[in-house]
Amino acid sequence: MTRFIAPIITLAILVGFFFVGLHKDPSIVPSPLIGKPAPVYELPLLLKPDETLGTEKLLGQVYLLNIWGTWCPGCRVEHGALLEIERQNIVPIYGLNLKDDPRLARQWLAELGDPYVATMVDTEGRVSIDWGIYGAPETFLVDHDGMIVHKLIAPINMQIWHEDFLPLIQQLKAAQP
Amino acid sequence: MIPELGLFALVLTFCLAFIQSFAGLAGAYWRKPEWLALVRPMASGQFVFAALSFGLLTWSFIVNDFSVEYVALNSNTELPFFYRIAAVWAAHEGSLLLWILTLSAWTLGVAWANKDMPIVFRARILGVLGLINCGFMLFVMATSNPFIRLLPAALEGRDLNPLLQDPALVIHPPILYAGYVGLAVAFAFAVGALIEGKVTSNWARWLRPWTLLAWAFLTVGVALGSWWAYYELGWGGWWFWDPVENASFMPWLMATALIHSLAVTEKRGLFKSWTVLLAICGFSLSLLGTFLVRSGVLISVHAFASDPARGLFILIFLGLCIGIALGLYAWRAPAFGSGGGFKVLSRESFLLLNNLMLVVAAGLILIGTLYPLFIDALEMGKISVGPPYFNLVFLIPTLPMVLLLGVGMHSTWKRARWEMLWLRLRTPLSIAVPVALGISFAWGRPSVLTFVGVFAGVWVILSALSEVRQRQKMGRSFFALPRSVLGMLTAHIGLGLFVLGTTVTSVFSIEKDLALRAGDVVELAGYQIKLETLRNTEGPNFDAVEGVVTIRRDGEMVTTLYPQKRVYRVQTSPMTEAGIEAGWTRDLFVALGDDLGNGSWSLRIQFKPLVRFIWLGALVMAFGGLLSMSDPRYRKKRQAEAPAPELAEGTAP
Repeated sequence: MTRFIAPIITLAILVGFFFVGLHKDPSIVPSPLIGKPAPVYELPLLLKPDETLGTEKLLGQVYLLNIWGTWCPGCRVEHGALLEIERQNIVPIYGLNLKDDPRLARQWLAELGDPYVATMVDTEGRVSIDWGIYGAPETFLVDHDGMIVHKLIAPINMQIWHEDFLPLIQQLKAAQP
Repeated sequence: MIPELGLFALVLTFCLAFIQSFAGLAGAYWRKPEWLALVRPMASGQFVFAALSFGLLTWSFIVNDFSVEYVALNSNTELPFFYRIAAVWAAHEGSLLLWILTLSAWTLGVAWANKDMPIVFRARILGVLGLINCGFMLFVMATSNPFIRLLPAALEGRDLNPLLQDPALVIHPPILYAGYVGLAVAFAFAVGALIEGKVTSNWARWLRPWTLLAWAFLTVGVALGSWWAYYELGWGGWWFWDPVENASFMPWLMATALIHSLAVTEKRGLFKSWTVLLAICGFSLSLLGTFLVRSGVLISVHAFASDPARGLFILIFLGLCIGIALGLYAWRAPAFGSGGGFKVLSRESFLLLNNLMLVVAAGLILIGTLYPLFIDALEMGKISVGPPYFNLVFLIPTLPMVLLLGVGMHSTWKRARWEMLWLRLRTPLSIAVPVALGISFAWGRPSVLTFVGVFAGVWVILSALSEVRQRQKMGRSFFALPRSVLGMLTAHIGLGLFVLGTTVTSVFSIEKDLALRAGDVVELAGYQIKLETLRNTEGPNFDAVEGVVTIRRDGEMVTTLYPQKRVYRVQTSPMTEAGIEAGWTRDLFVALGDDLGNGSWSLRIQFKPLVRFIWLGALVMAFGGLLSMSDPRYRKKRQAEAPAPELAEGTAP
């Protein structure tokens, strides 16, 4: 008799797993970089090519690092949200322009508005590899000591900002004397 | 107006399908001839209106009606005509409409073929098919309506995903769906048999051609997908064990098992409950694939835009469909009786082994595919299962199966004799061993797996040919062989070609990733490959950089290839269009990579021996299926039942 009931029991177990699986997002991959220091790098700036910026110069503040490119449709989607976050003036946003044509990137910021305090240029994508980036847009939250606190692999929007980023930022700011 | 009519036609299709299933199932239960008489006309009407609905959506694509959201998202005025038609099934909503149309077509076939089938049983099958189609239509209307208007209308469409702008992708989904959906027929037959509480050899005889047809479609569909991945994804691989590929492969394995199991049920009246279970599982895996692909529970390169509401709907539908079928199975199948007599060495044993190994292979693939989901659901972390797992576990059951197949083909029902098998197999064996040894050592890298793989391929082909020779020796001409036998042998030769191609390609391929400038020459497997120049070019809806690559052998020109790196204007996504010099014995594959600066480009150059045998083998297999299906035996009047095995062998069930 068991062998006639086994199929339907298997089905029930599978359906149970699928039901749980429906409420999970397989594309959320916890980054091994979280809780680790930000990689050390120094890159030229998009708007002032003779100046550079990098991990060491950014120490001592909580900031967002947003990876973007004009080739990336998701970046266009999140741009409005980034401008909104900039207007709230809670944390500075730094940009990392990935594998892009600097001319197009400057044009993009001129047309859509510039939410970034400064944008660094990673034409070859070498620094991005250290950051473990496999697409754009991605957004990192880095603390005073240069530790990576949070990572988002998707276009950011105000809901994610309020639910995921803000509480973390408030904790960080509260912890800082 | 046109899209509204399309939706209206779909609603009508739903109503007709619903009447069909109610009249079929209730009419059979209460024995109402007037209800039963409704079933066939409803099936015809269902097909007509499904085709109308599909046609109207296609029309919206042809005339670039960007006031329809689905059209605006998947087409563009610059898109060539044929791709505009293919765009109908390029995304979730339209592909479901194609699914519905295909199921209606199968329903129509079942309704009007099989003239000797009892009317009550046919009504039950059509009732089940109608219910399945109702479920899918509800799904479309509730969550995935392709006819929704976009207000205000878009001026220009967002274009078809560039990956899908390819001739193989025009025909791949319809053929694959024909296979997937065709398994619904087997499912309906199984449920019908469970309702009636009996499985007869006529039941198996009616179902066999349908299963063979669905299986042939599935074979071609899977092969087309693999061929497309080979030249379009630009990597030169032909199978990636991606969840979506697995979702098409598991039903194929089940359908293959079902074909063989049906043979036993028809000829010997054995394996009844097993055959019914396989028939249920085949379509269940189709549904499971649909769920995995469209719900976003797994990551895949092919996944449709995912939506939890859709996922939940399919999950409930899947649970109901399969749950009811397996519930009926648990209740009714024990009465089928499983006793029967055959010796250890007999055709029945070999087919049983074949079935077990195919099901084990499908099970191992299922576990690998779902493992990330299990682990995630149990909060044990995130993992992915890669090709090394699949490559290994897939070979464990299938390699012995292919080796046994060569023997199994020659064994006789009930009881086979070693002496006779040896007599028939010594010639194939004495050829296959040296050939396999020769090929393994030819390129100087012999390994056990190469030997076994080549041997298995050659062995199956020769064994099938030897069967033909035996029949000729007995005085029958080649053409006098029953078509079902010819088809079986052809399909097995196809399998042999596939095994040979797979082995040789995976062992002896040479692959080089290089940085080249115009004028550079590389040597690969005896060919001189030269990047002559790079130039800009453009297509109807894309701009491209094209490499001109000449291939010479000992100074003599072989061919010129034009691999491209395309950027489609609307979606601005880069695409690699490989240049391939195809041949019976080998492919030369050149894909253009990235601009490395200073005029140098990265190129991937590959030499792939016998890679064509992979798809050729699949086509030969499918042809074998069709040949077997066309056997006139399946269209004969109802036959006397095969003797019940209990009576024949005198054993109690």
